[in-house]
Amino acid sequence: MKISVQAHNFNIADEHRALTKSCTSSGAVVTFTGLVRDLNQGNQIQSLTLEHYPAMTEKALTAIATTAKQRWPLGKITIIHRIGQLALTEQIVFVGVTSRHREAAFDACQFIMDLLKNHAPFWKKETTSTGERWVEFNDKDKQATKRWEK
Amino acid sequence: MIRVLFFGKLRERLHCSELNLAIEQPLNLNELCECITQQGGKWSQWMQGNKPLAAINQTMVSFDSQVKPGDEVAFFPPVTGG
Repeated sequence: MKISVQAHNFNIADEHRALTKSCTSSGAVVTFTGLVRDLNQGNQIQSLTLEHYPAMTEKALTAIATTAKQRWPLGKITIIHRIGQLALTEQIVFVGVTSRHREAAFDACQFIMDLLKNHAPFWKKETTSTGERWVEFNDKDKQATKRWEK
Repeated sequence: MIRVLFFGKLRERLHCSELNLAIEQPLNLNELCECITQQGGKWSQWMQGNKPLAAINQTMVSFDSQVKPGDEVAFFPPVTGG
């Protein structure tokens, strides 16, 4: 399991290679990358700043990955989340999962992102053409976790 | 003594990222919030009617959870990572 909270960028190809290396029993790799986009709630975004709770972020992400591993038969899991100031189109988050078959990999990757959006202690602040503003929690993200209730 | 941390929009509004509070016995988070309010000044309306989320020793908890001397408590708005 690789969990990283970091300011510097990550390389998707390197992370994919690390997930599949020596992974002879996994037939599926599913990855997700989140990016800084240019429009949110009607405003043009110039940059994004990610604040976090340093002592808690890795602990929370590890707990989410552990829950995913208990729920699905998975091989490797990688979660990387960046912090600090990011420009448009920059990569924010990476989630990668391997498993024997694709269904578990797709589900686990979605699950990890849904839980991260609800439980990982990061806060986004957007710099727009009209000033700075904190991104508000989107109830859609809370609703998304309901699909995982047993 | 407990260490109280604030993050995100709450930290910015309060102009405070950390506060140390002397407590002599365990209390729940509702009681802790009241202690913070009792400091007066900008703290008298620190929640502004919206209860923040809370963590004790880096684990998210409900407001009926107990805090004891030596604990670290964090208050923050709903998270927006990812």
